[in-house]
Amino acid sequence: MSRMKKTEPENFGAFSRRNFFKSLGTVAATAATAQVQSVAAELEKVNSEKIIGPNAVPVTLTVNGEKLQLLLEPRVTLLDALRNYSSLTGAKEGCDRATCGACTVLLGDTPIYACSKLAIEAQDQEITTVEGLAKNDKLTKVQQAFLDKDALQCGYCTPGFVMSVTALLKKNPHPNADDVKHACAGNTCRCGTHPRIIQAALKAAGVEVASKTEVIDYV
Amino acid sequence: MSNWPAETKVIGQSTPRIDGAVKVTGKARYSSDIQAVGWLYGMILRSKWPAAKISSVNLDKARQIPGIKAAVPVRDGAFTIRYYGEEIAAVCGTSKQACLDALRAIEVVADVKHEFVVNEREALKENSARVWDSGPNAPANPRPRENGNVDKAFSECDAVIEGFYSTPVQIHNPMETMGNTVSWTEEGLTAWSSTQGISSVRDGLAGALKLDHSKVRVITEYMGGGFGAKFGAGVEGVLAAKLSKEAKAPVRLMLTRFDQALAVGNRPSSFQKIKIGAKADGTLHAFEGENYGTAGIGAGGDSGGGGGGADIPMPYIYKVPNTRVKQSEVAVNAGAARAFRAPGHPPGSYGMESAMDDLAAKLGMDPLELRLKNDPHPIRQREYKLGAEKFGWREKYKKPGSSPGVVKTGIGCAGAAWPAGGGDRGTQGDAQINPDGTIEFRLGVQDIGTGTRTVIAVVAAELLGLKPEQITVRVGDTNFPPGPGSGGSTTAASVSPAVFDICQKALAQLQTQSGLADARGENWFAACKKLGVSPLVVHGQWQPNLSADRACGVQFAEVEVDTETGLVTLKKVVAVHDCGLIIDKLTLESQINGGVIMGMGYALYEERVMDDLSGVMLNPNFETYKLPGIADVPDIEVVLINMPERGVIGIGEPATVPTAGAIANAVFNAIGVRVGSLPITPAKILAALGKVPPAVSA
Ligand code: FES
Ligand code: FES
Repeated sequence: MSRMKKTEPENFGAFSRRNFFKSLGTVAATAATAQVQSVAAELEKVNSEKIIGPNAVPVTLTVNGEKLQLLLEPRVTLLDALRNYSSLTGAKEGCDRATCGACTVLLGDTPIYACSKLAIEAQDQEITTVEGLAKNDKLTKVQQAFLDKDALQCGYCTPGFVMSVTALLKKNPHPNADDVKHACAGNTCRCGTHPRIIQAALKAAGVEVASKTEVIDYV
Repeated sequence: MSNWPAETKVIGQSTPRIDGAVKVTGKARYSSDIQAVGWLYGMILRSKWPAAKISSVNLDKARQIPGIKAAVPVRDGAFTIRYYGEEIAAVCGTSKQACLDALRAIEVVADVKHEFVVNEREALKENSARVWDSGPNAPANPRPRENGNVDKAFSECDAVIEGFYSTPVQIHNPMETMGNTVSWTEEGLTAWSSTQGISSVRDGLAGALKLDHSKVRVITEYMGGGFGAKFGAGVEGVLAAKLSKEAKAPVRLMLTRFDQALAVGNRPSSFQKIKIGAKADGTLHAFEGENYGTAGIGAGGDSGGGGGGADIPMPYIYKVPNTRVKQSEVAVNAGAARAFRAPGHPPGSYGMESAMDDLAAKLGMDPLELRLKNDPHPIRQREYKLGAEKFGWREKYKKPGSSPGVVKTGIGCAGAAWPAGGGDRGTQGDAQINPDGTIEFRLGVQDIGTGTRTVIAVVAAELLGLKPEQITVRVGDTNFPPGPGSGGSTTAASVSPAVFDICQKALAQLQTQSGLADARGENWFAACKKLGVSPLVVHGQWQPNLSADRACGVQFAEVEVDTETGLVTLKKVVAVHDCGLIIDKLTLESQINGGVIMGMGYALYEERVMDDLSGVMLNPNFETYKLPGIADVPDIEVVLINMPERGVIGIGEPATVPTAGAIANAVFNAIGVRVGSLPITPAKILAALGKVPPAVSA
């Protein structure tokens, strides 16, 4: 396990109280007059913690069940840690600012944008990338359905979509098309594979949607 | 008649792409995934000014940033900046973070010019700032091209309409940005490039760096989309090479999403004034079209239409006996245009097809009838009829604006023609057949995402009597026999005939060497075994009578328009396309879906927004440059017209051409007023309905 001190329990998507005070800084925090006492106490606690960075620090990530020991500047994102400091390039960079989903990985069972999470914040949690899905070269149902339904063209967005759909099926094994759209709302595809992604997700959940394509002879 | 077998087992089936498994598992190494030993991270400093004279670029402080290994200016000495985002210098180092620090440390001495222009209409004015010192932003008096006697013809018409239709600058935005990993050593230069043309990148790098072609190797195993933007080595490729040389290490320099939007291509805008006249029965009699658009700093001359840059085909797919066309390209201080999926055609189709529906309304005709009356092409005639039936046109059609209620429904259609799509005659390839029966094809093409590897495997499997998964296909390396760039919808029609030739030669040789009358199918392994110890290597090339060019295509769209919010919801698209002999139904459908969805973005969401006052692009990222998302896409039905007698024809481009026109017409049909400007945003709908004042424009 990581040697790094465990901070407050992670509440994904919400600020922890401590991080909030840290980000406020002294001036703003003391200006919050309502609870001057507790603010001061909080600040003291924060300041007594060891400040890390800006130089590289040891970071341990648990990716696809294996430990990755890295030396990273604290400002390195989880996506950069994977793509630039390990050989795990399955998660892609499409925008580096939380708008395309090509970088989607699972933190526990939750799909997140790896470009928008610092690597140091992703320690002590199970990270799954697209490389970690297929065991012994056997595609997962989701991957197989993407392949069968041709839910990919250039394939650059595909790892992200595969992760989003995988997370959906973990939470909801019997989704409908709207559930799939909702789960993939944060993923972008420029090649236009969207209709096929819906079909693939449903197929992975056991519902076969037939293609409506018709071939008609000219003569 | 084509030379393809009359009966096929693999060709025409739905074959999952043979590289699908490596793509869904993350094993496929895209150009941006390459981690050459000792690689460094590279980044580019771009201009924050739309116009400036740069007198010096000092990289000393940048070089001193810990981790930085090299820094190079884009040019030595003084140079001129002509758009926001133009390259100034590049750095490489051991981390992205070091590069970010170094970019901030670069000192640029610039004389910032305050005269610049980013708006087409402004740029056309006589007193406008000039993008190029050498001349005005557009030719003063573009020469019109006239056939017949247009003025007289208009006086003979029973119905005449005049309309104004405009389209925005569209950004390619492939999901993988442009870029390379370049390693330049004494032995030569290797570039792992995210490109749709490995040969053109090789030639471009060799030219820019004064290297022999034989010293440059370009590899593109997997790349994340291009759509026309990724043919050249680019400034970023040359910079990566220079960095690699200076740092003595491989450099990965991929563009950021911002870079991608600013500097590496786009589809030119169009401002089309169209006048059409027809006889009472709907027969088109006279056409007058005037168009200008911008290709950014890539200003060109004038022409009568159809050329590169901002010109569009007018009057698109229709034959009108009397036509006058005047077009010009106007330079502005913005990134230059590049080929973009069916250059000229989506705006051409949108403008003309919109005008056709406006004419139909004036004539009181069903717009489908007007098309059947005037469309000169027999294949499109058939496509319209088939599509209309499948779509339920006759049941759904009602007069423009007659849909009741707050949320109105409407339908529309439009047509496409794509002149290319045939094969590149220079395409070559090799196959190595091993005594154990394994076979590997090597072609110097690249798979842009259309499934080129799979096309090769399907064709080979058909001709050799094998299964596609038994065929190994290697592409994306300039060390392989040369192939075309993935453009003009030509790739399938280029590689299929070459593979046909390779297979014919392989079978003939196997027959001779093995003594077996037929080496195909169940005899394959026995025949290969007879090769003894040395593999058989055969070379083949493109052959005639196996592919063709020119495809048609029509699309039907159904929309809902909320007249209170202005929101357009695309409900359904029926896309009817012909592409000769169908190789793989599955990947073909995917390309058509993709074309429709890209066309939908063009119709409803996408637009480069420039700020007139600062000269800056305001939406160079995905939160503000809107692409269709999964919840936006409609129900798409594809109808493929099977024409095996024509041979292989590409589909990538025609599939995106008619979508915007069909959607725009469906919106017109729903609300009864024309929104003559793409993208059709809620604000424009509400303005057209008179519910809000129109946007103020310069
Ligand atoms: S790269 Fe993370 S969302 Fe685009
Ligand atoms: S498959 Fe190319 S971006 Fe989605």
